[in-house]
Order: sequence, then C-alpha cells, then structure tokens
Amino acid sequence: MARLELNSIGKGFGPVRCAEDLSLTVESGEIVAVFGPSGSGKTVLLRMIAGMFEPDDGDIMVGGQSIVGAPPERRGIGMAFQNFALFPHMTAQDNIASGLRAKAGARELASRVTSISRLLKIEHVLGHMPRELSNGQKQRTALARALIGNPEVLLLDDPLRNVDAKLRYEMRLELPNLLRRSSAAVLYVTQDYREAMAIADRIAVLIDGRLAQVARPEEVYARPASVAVARLFGDPSINLVEVVPATDQGCLMCEIVGARIRLGSFHDQAADQGPCWLGVRPDDLAVVRSASEDAIPARVVAVTPMHERAVLLLRFPDGTEWLAALPPDSPMASADDGVFVRFAPEAALLFDRATGLRVDVPHRRQAA
Amino acid sequence: MDHSSLASRVFRRIALALVLVFFMFPIVWIFLMSFQTNEQILRIPPRILFEPTLANYEALISGHLRTTAGNLEISFMRNLMNSFVLSSAAVLLALLLGVPAAYAFARFKFRLGETIAFTLLSFRFAPPLLVLLPLSLYYQQLGLNDTYFGIVWVYQLIALPLILWIVRGYFEDISPDIEHAYRLAGHSWREAFTRIAVPLAGPGIAAAGLLSFIFCWNNFVFALILASADKQPVTVGALAFVTASGIQYGQIAAAIVLSVTPTLLLALYAQRYLVEGLSLGAVKG
Repeated sequence: MARLELNSIGKGFGPVRCAEDLSLTVESGEIVAVFGPSGSGKTVLLRMIAGMFEPDDGDIMVGGQSIVGAPPERRGIGMAFQNFALFPHMTAQDNIASGLRAKAGARELASRVTSISRLLKIEHVLGHMPRELSNGQKQRTALARALIGNPEVLLLDDPLRNVDAKLRYEMRLELPNLLRRSSAAVLYVTQDYREAMAIADRIAVLIDGRLAQVARPEEVYARPASVAVARLFGDPSINLVEVVPATDQGCLMCEIVGARIRLGSFHDQAADQGPCWLGVRPDDLAVVRSASEDAIPARVVAVTPMHERAVLLLRFPDGTEWLAALPPDSPMASADDGVFVRFAPEAALLFDRATGLRVDVPHRRQAA
Repeated sequence: MDHSSLASRVFRRIALALVLVFFMFPIVWIFLMSFQTNEQILRIPPRILFEPTLANYEALISGHLRTTAGNLEISFMRNLMNSFVLSSAAVLLALLLGVPAAYAFARFKFRLGETIAFTLLSFRFAPPLLVLLPLSLYYQQLGLNDTYFGIVWVYQLIALPLILWIVRGYFEDISPDIEHAYRLAGHSWREAFTRIAVPLAGPGIAAAGLLSFIFCWNNFVFALILASADKQPVTVGALAFVTASGIQYGQIAAAIVLSVTPTLLLALYAQRYLVEGLSLGAVKG
C-alpha cells in the first residue's frame, strides 16, 4: 500500500494564505488527525489532496507518485464529508455501491456492499433513501461509500460533527478499529481535540495554514510546541500568566502575585530567557485552605459543576483569572471563599513571550 | 372549536371562492361560448342556459368556416400542430443549450461570466418588435425566413434566458460536495453532471422547461413577422377568425379551448414533479 506525502504545500485565495509550507507524511495504515481551530485551513488541505483545488506550491504524492493535476477520480482517494454529501436520489445501497468503481462485477459489488454495511451496522437500511436515514446512519453510509473502494488514502472531513453526542462517543471508540482494517493512509480532520486524541496515531496541529506541531497525542498534550497549541488542547483551557523566571540559589524561581514559586531545576535553559508565559492546566491545580510560600492567594469567583468534576473560577489579587478543575472528592470551595492555589513544578510549562514557543525544548518542526 | 374561529373559517372560504370566481370566470365563460353560435353569444342580456352546439369545433377540425359572407378555409389544426412542433423544438433546443450553460454559470467563475449571463437575461428586456425589423432582414438574407428552424431559433430569445436563470439557481442549491463525492468514487466530470447534477436539478429543469414552453406557445409577434400561413402557430392563426363578415366569437372561443388544453394538461401533469423537494434531506448544513 501507499503512503501519503505532502511536500511544502502552499495555497492562497487572493491575499488569504490557507496553507504555507505544509509538509506531512502519513504512512499506510496510519491515522493522522489534522486538528486546528476553524479557519485554520484544514478543509482546504483535504480538498487539495482530493483534487478540488490544486496547491499553488509544493507536491502531493501517493505511493511515491505525484497526484497534483490528476482528476479526482484517478487519485485513489476515498473521502467522507462533514455534511455527508450522500446522493439524495439514490438508496443507501446505491450510494455505497457508487464508491466502487465500475470495474467490479455485479456479484462482487453486491457482496462487497453487504460486507461493508454489516461492518458498519447499516445492512437493515440499505434500501432506504438518504432522507429516511438518521444522521448516524447517513454518516455510516458515507463512511461505507468512502471505504468500499479500498482507497489508498482516506480523507475524513470532520465526520462526527453532525451526529449526536452519544453516537459521537461510540464512533470515537469504533472508528480506530474500523479504519485499521483498511491499510489506507488516513487523514482525519476534526475541531475537537478529544476526538483527535481518541482516534489518531499522530496529531498534526494546524494553525493559520501552518503546522504548529506534529506528534503523538500524549506528546501534544504534555509538551505542546507553543502557547497556541497549548491553548487548543484541554477543556477548560490552560491557565497562562506572564512571568520573568530567574535563577536563585541554583533553582529557577518565578513570582506570581507575590507567591515565590520554585519551578525546579529542569527549566534551567529558561534562566537566560526574558519574559515568559507560564502555563498550568486546570487539572494540575490544587486548591488549599492554608497559606504557604509557594501558594498563590485567590478568591473563588464561581463554581461550575461539570460532569464528574467541578470547575472553579479563581481571581488573584492582581485581577488575573485562572480556572481550576477539581475532582469530586476534593473539599469543595464555594463562591467568595479565600483560598490558595498550588501546582507541582513539573506541571508548569514555560513559553517564550516573544515567539510563543515552549522554551525547555528548542523548537523544531517535527516531520515524521 | 370556538365561535370566532368558525366565523373566520367561513369567511376564509367565502373569500377564497370570490378570488376563484374572479380568476376562473373568463375561462369558464370562454368554455361556455365555445358551445354557442355567434347569435347566441351576442344576445343581450347573455344567458347561462342555452342549447349547446358543436358547430364551432366541427368548423375548426374540418377547416371549413361558414360565415354569412361565404365559406372560408382555415387551417386551425395545422396551426395547432405548428404550435406544438415549434414550442417543443424550441424548448428542447433551449434545454440542450441552457442546462449545461446554467451548470457552467453555477459552478465555475470565469472571465465575463456574469456579464454573459446578464446579457442573455437582457434579451428579455428588449421589446420584441424592436428586434424584429433587423432580424427579419437578416433572416431574408440567410434564407431563414419562413422556416421552422428560423422560428425555433428566434424562440431561443424567449426560452433560453428563462431556462438558464431558473436552472442555474437550482444547480447552485446543490452542494458541490455531492458532485465531488461522486467524482472521488471514480466517475468522470461528465458522469457527475449527468447522473448527479441533472437528476437533482430535475424539478427545476422541468419547471423551467414548462414555463418556457408556455411562453413560446403564447408568443405572437415573432411568428407573425417571420413565418407565412403554413408555418404559423395558433396565436397567429386565430387572426383568421376576424373575417369580412365579422368576428367569429364562437370559433375563437373553441380555438382558445383547444389551444389552452395541451398546456393545461402539461402543467397539471408536471405539477407533482414541480413541488417535489429538491435536495431531499441528503445534506445537513
């Protein structure tokens, strides 16, 4: 099977640049999630690979061969669209069968349709028209249509966007297994970081048409390449504060609203840095009642119960607002309580204020 | 059901009936006239009750018009046939040219695209008589005067812009993703057009075709100037009923009934296709 290679893709519409120097390789059988905020160029990227637009610069290769300029029907690509894009005048069966090129015989076609629809649990609705299907069934029909031709490259454009929460959760569990049955190189576009982390082998974070980081999901979460990436991963999103780290008696220290916080020695490289952003995820904060040198005094502004945990909105004396996500067994604070906030030095991330890049690892584009 | 809503329902029925009578009366009256002789029609006051006669229809179908001034040969049936042939051929040609053009205007942005589309629409702005004089001179030089093809061609001024602009809107309503999906499934551009775009725009194409058929059918001046008696449609042929011995109201009414019937039947038949939903819930926005 073939791998998908993007070599320095660039694309602009008038003055707007949707892709700039994008390079990415997806191995056969690998699932790479393209994750980014809306307007970051995810869909344009997929459409360039599918052949609806051509890139201005760079090359797209499948199995070592350039597909730039080839018509969509000759690219060996399967695609599932966010809006399903089923053919409204054909039954689910015909929709799926259309994905198999005319070369298959009638008998083979029928058996392939049956087996793929069994896999996706839609065999009972094959005779229905798209308007008679639920969103989940439409979505599975669209997936079946994309998968049936055994494409070398599979593009999934936010396929779970329009299905309800329960089904989305189920599909997050099912999809990786399903996709691994085919040996296609899968590019999975999503706006939901949890979906990206659940489904993908690697995540390519796309911001403003550039790849900010390409890495395994846990790496992107734990060691985001920049402030922008750190902000995108996590809900509630990461707390940030401006600090000027300084070395003091062999330790890297910083001061947040009067509290002197020892960041440990592992941030040593940051010693000669200028001003930085310090980031701590809400999950890594502890809210305590007793004061100590490394605890930041704060006032609880609001408490929001969310699912299995509570989210606290905290305000420091200087007006900075942070969020803390607490597990249910922790003693709950209520609004207007005076508390102290602590976090482990390992939980702190430092980013250069000027460039936004994380400081303890020299930034490099992580080509696979 | 309370009293006021019953009253409003009754009032609505009455209002509806009044509107219906207002619009239907001329048609019903003409239908009744077509079964009366000229004397019965011109009687004052007019009567609803009369002894029906089929003489008008007989005269039209046999082609012999008996008037007080003598017998007159009319070719109404031939005119009716001409109307059929001319309108159908014009609409067919306009569909063949207009549907692909509408698709191009809907899907692709190209130089002067909007200008060309608007120019085509502007043909509908110009008074036909203004165009006709130069056109008839050209037609004489080209040898297109008094030919079926010549009239079908000039009917494109009516049918083509209509089809182009209506069908374009329908094509624009189809999500391009549906066609992309079909192409990615291994089908050529042409297959995506014929198997996806055209069937999905079907109701729109039918509506545009029907409308332009009716407009062509009702056209009067083009054929009056550009064709001679044996190629003229009913609209022009009806002039024959204005005879030396007076206007033959009965035959005119019968001619109207006969010439309206085909388009009416067509409209009734096409109605259920016209109201059919377009995108059928395949795409969720």
